[in-house]
Amino acid sequence: MTTPDPAARLEEQIDRWRSFLRRRRAIHATDVAELEDHLREQVAGLTGAGLDAEEAFLVAVKRMGALDDLSREFAVEHSDRLWKQLVVSSGDGAEAAGARKDAIVAFCLAAAAAVAIKVPALFGLDLGRDAAFYLRNASLFVLPLLTGYFAWKRGVDARTIGWLAAAFVAAAVFANVYPFQAQVPGSAAHDPGYTELLTALHLPIALLLVVGIAYAGGRWGEVAGRMDFIRFSGELFIYYVLIALGGAVLTGLMAMTFQSIGVDVEAFFQYWLAPCGAAGAVVVASWLVEAKQSVIENMAPVLTRLFTPLFAAVLVTFLATLVLTGRGVQIERNVLIAFDLLLVVVLGLLLYSVSAREPGAPPGLFDWMQVVLVVSALLADAVALWAIAARISELGFTPNRVAALGENVVLLVNLAWSAVLYLRFLGGRGGFARLEKWQTDYLPVYAAWAAVVVIVFPPAFGYV
Amino acid sequence: MEINKDLIAASSTPIVLAMLAEEDSYGYAILQRVQELSGGRMEWTDGMLYPVLHRLERHGFVEARWETAENGRRRKYYSITPAGREQLAEEHRQWEAVDATLRSLWSALRDSLPAPDAGAAGRAAGSGPLPQGA
Repeated sequence: MTTPDPAARLEEQIDRWRSFLRRRRAIHATDVAELEDHLREQVAGLTGAGLDAEEAFLVAVKRMGALDDLSREFAVEHSDRLWKQLVVSSGDGAEAAGARKDAIVAFCLAAAAAVAIKVPALFGLDLGRDAAFYLRNASLFVLPLLTGYFAWKRGVDARTIGWLAAAFVAAAVFANVYPFQAQVPGSAAHDPGYTELLTALHLPIALLLVVGIAYAGGRWGEVAGRMDFIRFSGELFIYYVLIALGGAVLTGLMAMTFQSIGVDVEAFFQYWLAPCGAAGAVVVASWLVEAKQSVIENMAPVLTRLFTPLFAAVLVTFLATLVLTGRGVQIERNVLIAFDLLLVVVLGLLLYSVSAREPGAPPGLFDWMQVVLVVSALLADAVALWAIAARISELGFTPNRVAALGENVVLLVNLAWSAVLYLRFLGGRGGFARLEKWQTDYLPVYAAWAAVVVIVFPPAFGYV
Repeated sequence: MEINKDLIAASSTPIVLAMLAEEDSYGYAILQRVQELSGGRMEWTDGMLYPVLHRLERHGFVEARWETAENGRRRKYYSITPAGREQLAEEHRQWEAVDATLRSLWSALRDSLPAPDAGAAGRAAGSGPLPQGA
């Protein structure tokens, strides 16, 4: 391993020393450069005084001080550095230039999304009067731009881009060619009908798959590529909610201040700030997730850690109450939707903790908590499904009910098999990777079911 | 003789500012100068100088710039600012006051304390942790 040439050997040692310094968060690249210059001067001075390169290096490093002490001193002076500053990307070098370019592209695309949502207004489509149009097409204003961002960032090949574009064109066609009926026939205002609302709800779910393929950028075929997209989606959601909260504060303050001078800004909010902000924020949030992914710990798994025990406790208590009191599930209009939402939340808790789990780690208490959560959710859902199945013919098959039932089945299948895989893992009869693979393989199923709702439901139910 | 850490920390600001008031400099040269002037008695851990320089920079007492040194390496030079000169004057006043107070106390105690210069004279000539000019 030893290099005979002392100069090369010295360079090697300095390289190693530099890489040790770089790992310290409080010491930035420019500081490392400054310290390295010092080290080299010191080495030169010492070799001039008669030491050989190796000795000189050791003495110079020793004089520099222990790495921990040095790091602590820098941390005291630059305490801000322990808090990762993310938006203000300082420093120089190719990395920072790339980050800046990335930010510029993201903000241009966000602006494009904000503009896109106002384009139909040029053709006389009013956000209030033609709400149904905007609801159906909401995802089509934003997701193509987001897909474009990732296609650009990952350097997706032209063939894939063609397929992704085709998917969006198809989505635009299905969202707009069907002769949807208004909910109140004959009313002047076009309130969206049932199947129309279902389209509006399911189109984004189907199109998220397209975004995911662009996000994975050629790695969609791999479990790791799809898992990255799952991680991304959780962070995107959290960042979007944070941005939305900030937007709400901004809106509230603006309304108050303008009200004080007697100017009504409600129309501006409704027609400009809210739609443009909501559209642009998707791209901005995605960029934030990308920019910080290697810098800050993912938030979604932290939240699942906090909430998995709480949700598990609530569900177990619910089941216990059900058994002890002998109450049945009341069949109301929205009971299926309520249980769908329950399963979605449980799936989210499972998915995002799976996404953050070290696959090689041995089973722990938290894993048991997950299983309790999933199994109790399955039991609760089974009780609800049983109650509904008994009366389904009496209730009738409305589009909403069939869609909700379909979703319930999709989620139930996923969670049931997840529970089996998890129990096998806990019993030592299968690796955790199986569960990861199952979850990532299942992603297209959500999109497929959403596509069925968008494409098949309107004609099947007579466009009501 | 080793000067204790608190004293080193307290004196680092006036020392660095005074050196930069003479001429612009960089970390290694500043440390060399400290060694030289103190006869090796003030031992600064090399790396610790930099947080001090950065603190002075944050307070606006010094300014930093990157330059290419004669050997082709990029080097960060520091220069004193007008605010730094003011600070230096202030430090000067304070240290004079401390010095004057101690001096009068030393002279009052001259007979009961061992003379400080006996050991230091020998050390100043050739000590320091490493040979300097050999």
